[in-house]
Amino acid sequence: MRLHQFSVLVDDQDTARTFYTEILGFQVRHDIPMGEARWLTVVSPEDPDGTELVLEPSMHPAVPPFKEALVADGIPFTSFAVDDVHAEHARLTGLGVAFTQPPMDVGPAIMAVLDDTCGNLIQLLQHKT
Amino acid sequence: MADVFKALADPTRRAILDGLTENEEQTLFEICSRLYATQRLSSSRQAISQHISVLEESGLVETSRRGRYKLHRINTAPLEPIVTRWLRPTTPAPTADTPETPPPTPEENP
Repeated sequence: MRLHQFSVLVDDQDTARTFYTEILGFQVRHDIPMGEARWLTVVSPEDPDGTELVLEPSMHPAVPPFKEALVADGIPFTSFAVDDVHAEHARLTGLGVAFTQPPMDVGPAIMAVLDDTCGNLIQLLQHKT
Repeated sequence: MADVFKALADPTRRAILDGLTENEEQTLFEICSRLYATQRLSSSRQAISQHISVLEESGLVETSRRGRYKLHRINTAPLEPIVTRWLRPTTPAPTADTPETPPPTPEENP
């Protein structure tokens, strides 16, 4: 069994598509109309045949309170691996991305937390080698 | 002042204050991350949240909302009476809104 897809629940799929591709640097894998929403997935350019990230609309009524509670406490529900957290923090801050947590050494890793503008906090994690 | 001493009596709460001096404004997640990173303290978020409530009641921690985030910061003002009362008793005390017990009087029995 392998990981195929995982999801982030996004407030707006257009905003999400722009943020995840133009700012974070992912590539669109699928963008298929499915009624009122789209089947929208992105992949890492470093692994285009790898695990897809589904940008899932957060229209179910249970979703907004869930997301709001996580964000209020600063909790990133999803994490992306990067080679250099400090470099990504500098690059993304330059692009206007808000970080709720600057890079911090947590022992085996360095992490930072950013706001994806779609109602989620995302962790960037650099494993120390 | 009793609230301040109660808040400071717990080592986890002192560690939370230590962490809040390292970065001015922090989410609950960051406070918990710092406690683990620096002290290997892995209490639950709920337990840390309760410690923060005690610190808030003593005035040592203040919270505010910025956008959707709830942020915490340290407020050292409640520590000032300790300094002026025992460490620098000759320092003119800042005009307090609520008068404290006069300094020469012992506060409570142990």
